[in-house]
Amino acid sequence: MYAYDELDRTIINERVDEFRDQVKRRLSGELTEDEFKMLRLQNGVYLQLHAYMLRVAIPYGTLSSAQLRQLAHVARRYDRGYGHFTTRQNIQYNWIKLAELPDALADLAEVGIHAMQTSGNNTRNVTSDQWAGVAPGEIEDPRIWSELLRQYTTLHPEFSFLPRKFKFAITASAHDRAAIKIHDIGLRLHKNAEGETGFEVLVGGGLGRTPFIAKTIKPFVHGHDLLSYVEAILRVYNQYGRRDNIYKARIKILVHELGIEKFAQEVEQEWLQMRDSALTLDDTVIEDIRSRFTYPAYQRLPHVPDELKKAAHDPHFEAWRKNSVALHKVQGYAIVTLSLKPVGGPPGDATADQMDAIADLADKYSFGEIRVGHEQNLALPHVARRDLPALWKALDKLGLATPNVNLVSDIIACPGLDYCSLANARSIPIAQELTRRFANHATADLIGRLHINISGCINACGHHHVGHIGILGVEKNGEEFYQITIGGRADENAELGTLIGPAVPYADVADVVEDIVEAYLALRARPDELFIDTVKRLGVEPFRERVYATR
Amino acid sequence: MPLVKNGKIITDSFVNVADDAEIPADGAILISAARFMGDPEALSRRAGRTGVIWPNNRDVDDIVPYLDRVAVIALIFPTFRDGRAYSQARLLRERHGYRGELRATGQVLRDQFLFMLRAGFDAFEVKKPGDAEAFASTVKRYSVFYQPTGDGRITALHQRMLLRHSESASQ
Repeated sequence: MYAYDELDRTIINERVDEFRDQVKRRLSGELTEDEFKMLRLQNGVYLQLHAYMLRVAIPYGTLSSAQLRQLAHVARRYDRGYGHFTTRQNIQYNWIKLAELPDALADLAEVGIHAMQTSGNNTRNVTSDQWAGVAPGEIEDPRIWSELLRQYTTLHPEFSFLPRKFKFAITASAHDRAAIKIHDIGLRLHKNAEGETGFEVLVGGGLGRTPFIAKTIKPFVHGHDLLSYVEAILRVYNQYGRRDNIYKARIKILVHELGIEKFAQEVEQEWLQMRDSALTLDDTVIEDIRSRFTYPAYQRLPHVPDELKKAAHDPHFEAWRKNSVALHKVQGYAIVTLSLKPVGGPPGDATADQMDAIADLADKYSFGEIRVGHEQNLALPHVARRDLPALWKALDKLGLATPNVNLVSDIIACPGLDYCSLANARSIPIAQELTRRFANHATADLIGRLHINISGCINACGHHHVGHIGILGVEKNGEEFYQITIGGRADENAELGTLIGPAVPYADVADVVEDIVEAYLALRARPDELFIDTVKRLGVEPFRERVYATR
Repeated sequence: MPLVKNGKIITDSFVNVADDAEIPADGAILISAARFMGDPEALSRRAGRTGVIWPNNRDVDDIVPYLDRVAVIALIFPTFRDGRAYSQARLLRERHGYRGELRATGQVLRDQFLFMLRAGFDAFEVKKPGDAEAFASTVKRYSVFYQPTGDGRITALHQRMLLRHSESASQ
């Protein structure tokens, strides 16, 4: 865990005071709605269909149990008893009253949590691998750098009014769980020939109306130069990014219009003039941040303890263990994913009671630490393997042990037309119906890894472009229709999905997905050929035929 | 619109001269970048003080040769949501060493004062009188800063190192 010090806490508290003053001036009419809108967005407050929505940052997806309890408290005290975990390591509350927002933020500030820049045309919450610091084979903990970037981007005096929003993601593992290639800046930590830490910097990824996979702008930027290089990119973007059309304002469009080579030259030219500046991170500063991340005192424990051998006779436990438990870098420990995708439930939601209970379980079994992943699930990152059976029983009681992680019912979905003022169509009921269709674990397990992503409009908050199966809600003559893509992925081999045919009406979506899955089962070369690999091998045509033959 | 400089509301001694109006021989004036760049040698050597209103989509490089001869550079925020002038301000101050008045104009509102100050602005043509009066208290909202800019405020990263140093020295 990273421990905020007095300086970090001071900034958060000062931000709460500032926001309280801004709300007061809005309520008194001193600020117009137009003026207030950007100010509230910069603090994560949207005006949705039914109420104000507050988006709270969970930087690089790391939470302490005390923080999670406070998130539960806010859900209970200011909202309707639940929160929604998003695809960018945030939590959203959907029913907060404007007048109570400053108090909710003050409560969150007590545990070092804030909503700064979770919206607006500025640098957003810095996201990372939810397994950071515990994944086997990781080069080093990327959260050190995430935290350096979090501080650097918070209330930046030059870049708080960019042409459009700007998102960072960092990974330090070969398998990218942070979806860095669909971010404005993606950072892949690696080491150079001298063994020094640095980053492959990718730029211009993003979804929305015009999706792009990020391109490499520089294969190696030394860790010392990370902030100056990022500042050079942001400065070029701030000056030359388009401001005439909101749909062309993201950095991906600038990179696309200039071409990556020209854009890279512009950045290089800017960077060479400032690389030896106060932004240079010397080793003592990096070590100071590193020293404030604490790690558990792991014990020497067996990989296969007796408790695990005994529990192996229970097929339900085994199904869960095989699905939701991952290898830890320390022997005897495991990373446990908590599925927030119960059959029939809205993806990513957790009740206040669940959050409190998870915080208790984290204290008991995971050194008080919880992680949040972009797939809208939670994780306990340091569970002793001998505790797995007991943890499973507790999670099962809470409805948090659905063994569907990475399977067809582990769906990513945006709030859609049930909440969002931008949406054209509903997302949540589609997800709920699909989880019912694929509720049988044996079937889901047979299908194997398959990511379904659903967005209720072209803004693509549900990342539909990079779902193995992507579902995009559109409006046609006042009715909800859905475009289906296949073959997308958000990992290190990120790709955008391909449309399989004309949009289908709401009532047909689940049938179409079932048809696609059946086609895959018939077409796959071997039982272990994943859906995404079958699509890669065969293209969309056989799937298109199957789906549209009878429609 | 009230002009705030050095934290206080002052009387603006500069007069805007339109592009088609005659330029007075002396007296402090503000003219457009296009007009200034039409004859920068003469205009930067006139008897009175000369300020230039610089658009936010023109590279500041053009005015760099004349920085020690202009009294004011006024950068523009067409709306407060357009942040290009923050970059121009930092480049003028931090890269090109401009020491004259750097004035924020356009939709200059209370909630951006501190960002502007940190980017190097020292004069503010404030849209609302109430905001101008609140200037001094508003810029004191924050006491900790994460980024190094030309305003010289110490960053949190640096402050921590100093704290560590003094802790180890006192042991």
